[in-house]
Amino acid sequence: MIQVISFYAFSAVTIAAAVMVISARNPVHSVLFLILAFFNAAGLFVLMGAEFIAMILVIVYVGAVAVLFLFVVMMLDINFVELRQGFLQYLPIGGLVGLVLLAELVLVLGSWVIAPDTASRASAPVPAAAEVTNTHAIGRVLYTDYIYLFQAAGLILLIAMIGAIVLTLRSRNGVKRQNISSQVSRTREESVEIRHIEPGSGV
Amino acid sequence: MVEVGLSHYLTVAAILFTLGVFGIFLNRKNVIIILMSVELILLAVNINLVAFSIHLNDLAGQVFALLILAIAAAEAAIGLAIIVVYFRNRGSIAVEDINLMKG
Repeated sequence: MIQVISFYAFSAVTIAAAVMVISARNPVHSVLFLILAFFNAAGLFVLMGAEFIAMILVIVYVGAVAVLFLFVVMMLDINFVELRQGFLQYLPIGGLVGLVLLAELVLVLGSWVIAPDTASRASAPVPAAAEVTNTHAIGRVLYTDYIYLFQAAGLILLIAMIGAIVLTLRSRNGVKRQNISSQVSRTREESVEIRHIEPGSGV
Repeated sequence: MVEVGLSHYLTVAAILFTLGVFGIFLNRKNVIIILMSVELILLAVNINLVAFSIHLNDLAGQVFALLILAIAAAEAAIGLAIIVVYFRNRGSIAVEDINLMKG
């Protein structure tokens, strides 16, 4: 009972937040609604019994990706009203494509059945929940059977990091920077000069 | 009330996916919202993977959801970096002007 109520609550809020993401006037509000959608999707994952994915979703998406979006939205000084022009112009074609897509997905959902012996051919069967936790079970297969994919994901993240740095790093002229070695190796002769000023003549 | 099953989660994921595609069409001028719509689509895919993983009692789906999460983070980082560079060069993020940047 409580499961059914939570499912409908989480999914309703997720879908409402997704609608607000694509229709909000202010992109900052869009990012905040995206965070709400991610939190409620994490709730759905907990409901399904995938606690680890749910927590990773909160940490990675809300903690990193959404904050990144927020940074960029606030950093760029954009006239967002101008970007909203033509919003209604694309509404019919967008709605048409969306409806066709949804109808196709519903058709697929309604007509398809799982082969009865699929569950017995699982490549990584889930151990009983009483034995090990979800996180423990994922760790057992992720670091053994899927180690190459895990390493590939790490490599992709490294490439993304290097790419983002290469794209956004710029060396600007006229910025005063410290040069430790030249500052330390200064001698008294080249930095202090003693002058005699005649009394009453001024500098 | 009926019990919550696989098809319920798949329906939610289908609606989220459609909303993501719809968002790409609706916000043709704002690249940031388009990137957010892509994130919504990836979230819908993740819900599908995890729902099947639980239903078929197979952990591989959750492992793949994890990998998709990593790829989505990388994609967001690169996409936002491109937007920042583009904004520095042109002073706007209008999508239809992007083809002016080809050599």
